[in-house]
Amino acid sequence: MGESFHAAAGPALLAVWPISEPVSVAHYMAVGAVMFVAGVVCMAVKRNALGVLMGIELVLNGANINFVALSSPYLRGLGDPGGGLGLDGQVTALFVILLAAAEAAVALAITLNFYNNHATVDVDRGEDLKG
Amino acid sequence: MDASSTLPFLLGLAWLAPLVSFAAILFYGPRMGPHGRDAARLATAAIATSLVLSLLAAGVWVSNHPVVAVSHGGADHGAVGDDGAAGPGGAADGHQEAAAAGESAHGHADDGHGAGGHGAPLPPSYSGDWYTLYEAGGLTLSIGWWIDALTVLMFVVVTLIATCIHVYASGYMHDELHDVTDHEVTLADGHHLHRPGRFPRFFQALSLFCFSMLGIVIAGNLAMVFIFWELVGICSWFLIGFYFERHSASTAANKAFIVNRVGDFGMLIGLMALWGALGTLHFGDRVVADDLGTPVNRQGLFSLVRPPARGHALTVPDGMVAAEAAADVAAIVRTGAADPAAAATAVAANVEGWRSRGLGRWLLFVAGVGIFCGCVGKSAQFPLFVWLPDAMEGPTPVSALVHSATMVAAGVYLVGRFYPVLTPDVLFVIAVIGAITLFIAATIALVANDIKRVLAYSTVSQLGYMMLALGVGGWAAGLFHLVTHAFFKSLLFLCSGSVIHACHTNDMRRMGGLLRTMPATAWTMLVGCLAIIGAGIPFVIGTSGYYSKDAILAQALSFANANPGRGWLFLAVAGGAFLTAFYMFRLWFMTFLGSPRDHHVAEHAHESPDVMVRPLLVLAVLAVVAGWTLPGGFGIANLIEQARPAGTGGIESSGYLFPGLTIPAEHESHVGAVHVTATLTAFATATAGVLLAAAMYWWKILSPGLVAGLFRPVYTFLANRWYVDELYDAVFVKPVLALAGLASGADRRIIDRIIDGVAWSARRIAGIDAWIDRWVVDGLVDATADVTWNAGLELKKLQTGRLRQYVLFIALGTVALFVLVSFLYRTALAG
Repeated sequence: MGESFHAAAGPALLAVWPISEPVSVAHYMAVGAVMFVAGVVCMAVKRNALGVLMGIELVLNGANINFVALSSPYLRGLGDPGGGLGLDGQVTALFVILLAAAEAAVALAITLNFYNNHATVDVDRGEDLKG
Repeated sequence: MDASSTLPFLLGLAWLAPLVSFAAILFYGPRMGPHGRDAARLATAAIATSLVLSLLAAGVWVSNHPVVAVSHGGADHGAVGDDGAAGPGGAADGHQEAAAAGESAHGHADDGHGAGGHGAPLPPSYSGDWYTLYEAGGLTLSIGWWIDALTVLMFVVVTLIATCIHVYASGYMHDELHDVTDHEVTLADGHHLHRPGRFPRFFQALSLFCFSMLGIVIAGNLAMVFIFWELVGICSWFLIGFYFERHSASTAANKAFIVNRVGDFGMLIGLMALWGALGTLHFGDRVVADDLGTPVNRQGLFSLVRPPARGHALTVPDGMVAAEAAADVAAIVRTGAADPAAAATAVAANVEGWRSRGLGRWLLFVAGVGIFCGCVGKSAQFPLFVWLPDAMEGPTPVSALVHSATMVAAGVYLVGRFYPVLTPDVLFVIAVIGAITLFIAATIALVANDIKRVLAYSTVSQLGYMMLALGVGGWAAGLFHLVTHAFFKSLLFLCSGSVIHACHTNDMRRMGGLLRTMPATAWTMLVGCLAIIGAGIPFVIGTSGYYSKDAILAQALSFANANPGRGWLFLAVAGGAFLTAFYMFRLWFMTFLGSPRDHHVAEHAHESPDVMVRPLLVLAVLAVVAGWTLPGGFGIANLIEQARPAGTGGIESSGYLFPGLTIPAEHESHVGAVHVTATLTAFATATAGVLLAAAMYWWKILSPGLVAGLFRPVYTFLANRWYVDELYDAVFVKPVLALAGLASGADRRIIDRIIDGVAWSARRIAGIDAWIDRWVVDGLVDATADVTWNAGLELKKLQTGRLRQYVLFIALGTVALFVLVSFLYRTALAG
C-alpha cells in the first residue's frame, strides 16, 4: 500500500483541500488513522480507567475501518480472479468487534474490582505490582 | 553305687558350685545385704557345698577302692598288682569299658617278660568328656574329667582349706564392709585415699579362684588344664592387686602375672610339641567314632608314652619318633608315592629302628621341660620365684589360699599328674631346679623381717622340696608333701594374718611377747611351725610334715646312693631342713616370746574374733593328723599311692642328656637303711635349727646382730634377696625399657615426622585447591549471579506500574519499530 499512497495522495491532499474529489479508500484510511491516533492519545493521557477503555475502543475501531476500507473491491480490482466473496476485511472487523466486546466485559470487571479495592478508577493508583 | 558315673557327677558339681557363687556375686554382689555382707555367706556356702560333695566323692571312692597299706618289700609286688588289677575292671567307665579291658589284658600278657617284675597295674581312674568345645581333624578340645585317687584327694584338700579361708576371710575383711581410708595411699592433695569398701568383690574373686583351681584338678586333658591355668593366673592378678590403689600392690599383681606368662610360654611350647607329634592332649584313652562310624580306641598321652603293650615302660611315642625322623619318612614316602598304604606300612616298619637310634627322645624331653616351665612359673621355682614374695601385697587370706591350696599347688599337681610322660632327663632338670629353689629361698627367709615374707620364702622353699622329690623319683613323696604343706602353710598364713590383724604391722622387729595377748594364735602357729619343720618322735609318731619330709629325704638319699656324682641334691635337702627349722622358729620366737619391743603395738594387740580363730583350730588339727596312717592302712599316703601312674615307681636308668642318670624306684626309699638314715638326718637338722633359733632369739645367748656382723657380706647378700630382683631389673627390665624407649623414639622422630610431612603437604595442596575453588569456580558462578542481579535491578526501574506510561512506550515503540523497519526496507531496496 505504501508506494501508491505516498505517491498519489500526499500532494493531492494538500492540493485539493477541502473535499473536492470523490470519497476513496484513502479517505476511509485517513478517518481510521485519526481514530487510531485519537485512541492512543486517549489511552496515554486519560487517568480514568473508563477513559482508557474508551481509547481502546477507538483504537480497535480505527483498525476496523482500515480493515473494511482495504477490503474494498475497488482497491482489490473487480472480478477477483482468485474467487471468493471478497469479504475478508469485513469478517476480520466482525472478529475484532467480538473481541472488543469480550475485552470490554473483562476490562469493566477488572475496573469494578479495582474500584472496590481502591475506591477510585484512577489508573495511576494501580501500582501495587511495581518492582 | 556306680563310681564311674557318680564320681564325675559329684566332683563336677563340686567344681561348678564356686562358679555359681562367682556369677551371682558378679551380678548381684552389692545388693546382697548391707554393703554386700551376704556375699561372704554365699561364697562360703558354695565352697562348703563343694567340700561336702568332695567328701561324698571321697566316700564313694574309698568304698569302691579300699585304701590299704602298700607293703614295701620287692616280693610283695604281686599283691599290689592284684589289687590294682581289680581296679580297671570296675573302673572302666561305660563307653571305655572295652578299651580299658583290652589294655589290662595287654598289660598282663606282657607282665612276665616286659616290665621286669613290676606288675604295672593300671591305677583305678575314670576319664571322659562332658562337652566338646571344638573338634577339627585330630584336634579335640573338650571339657572333660580324669578322676583318680589324687583328683579326689586334691578336691578334698582344696575345698577344705578354701572353706576355712572363706570363713576366716569373712572376719578378716570386715573393714571392707564400710568406707575405707587407706593410709598407705596418699593422694596428690596430701589426703589419704578414701574409697567405698569392696567386700563382695573380694569373695567374687575368691570363688572364681577356687573354681579355676578345681578345674585344673579335674581336667581331663592338657588344653583344659591350660585354660584353667590361665584363669588361676588372672584370679591371682585380681586378688594380689586387691588394694590396687597402692602402687606396690598393683605392681606386684602385674609382676605375678607377667612372670607367670614367661613360664606359660614354655608350657605352650610343650603343648605344641605334644599335640604336633601326638595329635592329642587327652590324658586318658577315648573311644571315638571313625569315618565309618565304628568305635575305635584313641590313645591318650599316658598310654602313648607308656604303652600297655610294653608293660607301661617309658617309650618314645611313634608320633615323636616319626616327627624327628622326618627326613627318612620323606624319603620313604617319595619312593613309594604310588601306593600310600604301602608307604605307611614301610614307615611303621621302620619306627622301631629309628626309636632304637634315639630319635624322638629330644622331642619328648622338650615336651616335658616345656610343661615343667609352666609349673616353674606357677609354683614359683627358680628362676621365676620372684613374684611370690611380692604377692604378699594381697590380703592375707589370699596369701594363704595362693600359697597352700591353689596356684602354687597347681604347678606341683601338674608335674605329678603329668609324671608318666616325663623322662628321667626331665626329672633330673626338675630335681635340680627344685634344689636350687629350696636353697635360695630358705637362705633369704633367714634374714627377712616381714612376717609374711618369711612365710612366702618358706613356701617357695617347700615347693622346691616338692619339685625335688618329684624329680628324684619320689612321686608319692612330693604329692604327699603338697597335701601336708597345704594344711600347715594355710594355717601359718592365717596365723600370721591374725597377728597382722592385731598389730597392724608386718614387721617382726616391732612384735614380741604376743603369747600372752593372743594365746590361741600363738599355740596354733606353734603347731604349724612344728609341722613345717617335720617335728616328731623318730619312728614313733609325728606331725604331718614329719612323714612327708622324711619321705622326701629318704628318696633324695636313695637317689644320692644310686647316683654318686649327684649326691649334692641330698645335701641341699638336708641343709634346707636345717634352714627351715631355723627361720620358722626365729619367726615364732621373735613374734610371740620375749618382751614387747614396741609398746604401741603391744597395747593394741588382742586375740582375733572367733570366726578367725576357729579355722585356725581346724587347720591345726589337720596339720598334725594329715600325715597319719591308720592301723588298717587308711591314710593320705596310701591314698596317693593308689593313683600312682601305671609304669612309674620302678627304676628308670636311661639317661639321655645326662649319662648314667638313675632314678631309683620309690619303694627303695622305704628300705630300712635308707629310711633310718633319712629320719635321723631330718631329726638332727631340725633340732639343730630350732636350737640355734632358740639360742639367738629366745635365750639370747647369741646376739643376732653379732652374727650378722660376723658374716656381713653374706648377710647383706641375703637381705637383698641374692640380688635376683636387681639382676632381672638390669638384665631384662632395663634393656626392655631401653628398647621400648628406642622404639618410641623412632616412632616419634621418624614415623611421626613422615606422617606429619604427608599431612603438611596435603594441607598445602588443599590450600591451593581451595584458592582455585574460591576465586575461579566460585568467581564465575558469582559473576553470573551478579550480572543477572544487576540487570534485574536496572530493569526493575522500567516497571513503573503507570499504565499510561506503558501505553506511551507501546506507541512510541511501535512508531520506532515502524521507522526502523521502513528505514531498513529502503536501505535494502537501495542496496
